[in-house]
Amino acid sequence: MRLYFKYVSILFKSQLQYRASFWLLSFGQFLVPFTVFAGLYFMFERFGQLQGWTFFEAALCFGIIHMAFSLSECFARGFDAFSGLVRRGEFDRLLVRPRSTVLQVLGSQFEFTRVGRMLQSAIVLGWALYSLPVEWNTAKVTTLILMIVGGVFIFAGIYILMATLCFWTIQGLEIANILTDGGREMAQYPLNIYERWVKIFFTYVIPFGCVNYLPLLYILGKQDGNEWFYMLLPLAGILFLLPCLAIWHIGVRHYRSTGS
Amino acid sequence: MRAYVSVWKLRFINGMQYRAAAIAGALTQLFFGFVFIMIYMAFYSHSSGQPPMSLKEVITYVWLQQIFLSFIMLWFRDNEIFDLITSGNIAYELCRPIGVYPLWFAKLLAQRVTSAVLRSIPILIVVFFLPEPYRMAWPPDLPTLFLFVASLLLGLLVIVAVSMLIYISVFWTLSPTGSTLMISVAGEFFAGMIVPVPLMPDWLQKFTYALPFRWTVDFPFRVYSGHIPQTEALWGMIIQICWLCLLIGFGYASLRRALRQVVIQGG
Repeated sequence: MRLYFKYVSILFKSQLQYRASFWLLSFGQFLVPFTVFAGLYFMFERFGQLQGWTFFEAALCFGIIHMAFSLSECFARGFDAFSGLVRRGEFDRLLVRPRSTVLQVLGSQFEFTRVGRMLQSAIVLGWALYSLPVEWNTAKVTTLILMIVGGVFIFAGIYILMATLCFWTIQGLEIANILTDGGREMAQYPLNIYERWVKIFFTYVIPFGCVNYLPLLYILGKQDGNEWFYMLLPLAGILFLLPCLAIWHIGVRHYRSTGS
Repeated sequence: MRAYVSVWKLRFINGMQYRAAAIAGALTQLFFGFVFIMIYMAFYSHSSGQPPMSLKEVITYVWLQQIFLSFIMLWFRDNEIFDLITSGNIAYELCRPIGVYPLWFAKLLAQRVTSAVLRSIPILIVVFFLPEPYRMAWPPDLPTLFLFVASLLLGLLVIVAVSMLIYISVFWTLSPTGSTLMISVAGEFFAGMIVPVPLMPDWLQKFTYALPFRWTVDFPFRVYSGHIPQTEALWGMIIQICWLCLLIGFGYASLRRALRQVVIQGG
């Protein structure tokens, strides 16, 4: 863990060397989800509500998933850019070091400009929390935090899966965007508005529903059934990471250097 | 003119090499199309009053967006040109006996066309055979189809002219990242990529109509579904041509100014 923070602080210093570009990029990163959120706002202004969901409820949904996404992009960026490591043959260097490969790849890149995106999600989250008539207690706050953490774990898991694919394909695949960007776009609205096959896939295969929609029902007091069950559902996101890591280790064993 | 055509052809063939990437891209866009349509269907299912665009028109709009994505994304960019400017290799470009503006214009145009050809054909076939309600509608009649194709091509030229301005701006800023990101985010929003323009609130629509961005995407797509009647479409095309002349003229002039000031630093 200490090693990881060491990596992070070095990368932070190196990125701050280009200060103007850093701030401009951060601001740009702020604008991207901002226009998407403006779109959501205008849709609600036009239609009033979305199958029984009010604007602020959807905004909460949006804020949570975007928060998780920006955090995971910040931390797990190394896996996102992993195809470059394999193609240039730099992964060999990581293998000979006496530390875990996961840690080293995680530390190989760290995107601080995502601060802009994070700030935007934080504002949306704050606004939604402030405007919703929810009675907050420890259990609900814990659930909220668990939801964000679970989301980060799912996104990180997907990045790791896609990075593992690079062991065989060398090139990164655009199709991964279905799971990351597509998952984000989809999970920013409550899951119940979609068709059955989408719901099933994103609840049982990739558990976005477990970290976003289902616990949200509990926070908003819409759930039926056991509260504890809904509260603990975000842990599914953390469970999702385990098979991803296992596949990663299989991939590492199959790795053959490109030799360049 | 022959030179520009062959630059265009070279780029076209070059772009056609990346077929696997294109198939992956097509699948991704299909998925995104499904998600967006489901969201719109959910909004429409409980709407009170008459929305300014029918659901069928919105579905067509979404599919056209996904099909012609590479026609319309502003962030679709050629790093080669950026590198030319920032590294000083622009000197070679200036030695060539052809104009820089039309040369880059042809390059950028070819890039968009190849990537659209590779992606749109598979998606185009699929979306016409999807089960209802996802299936894409045909245009109401033949003249509408012609109008759509013409306005789409004009829109393509407009968007290349806009992106030329982004490239030219790099002569002054020298760093392509920040400024292009901002222009492209704003541009995509005002082109109706995030919310279709008719669904925006009125005050925003007025603002959008004053900008060139909506003529690139929103206009041809609404011509296709018949949301914009034919006579109006003809007028719209005249406005497209006006914007095109304006943007090209401005780009040409500013490129000339930039090139006059350009200082090549050794190397």
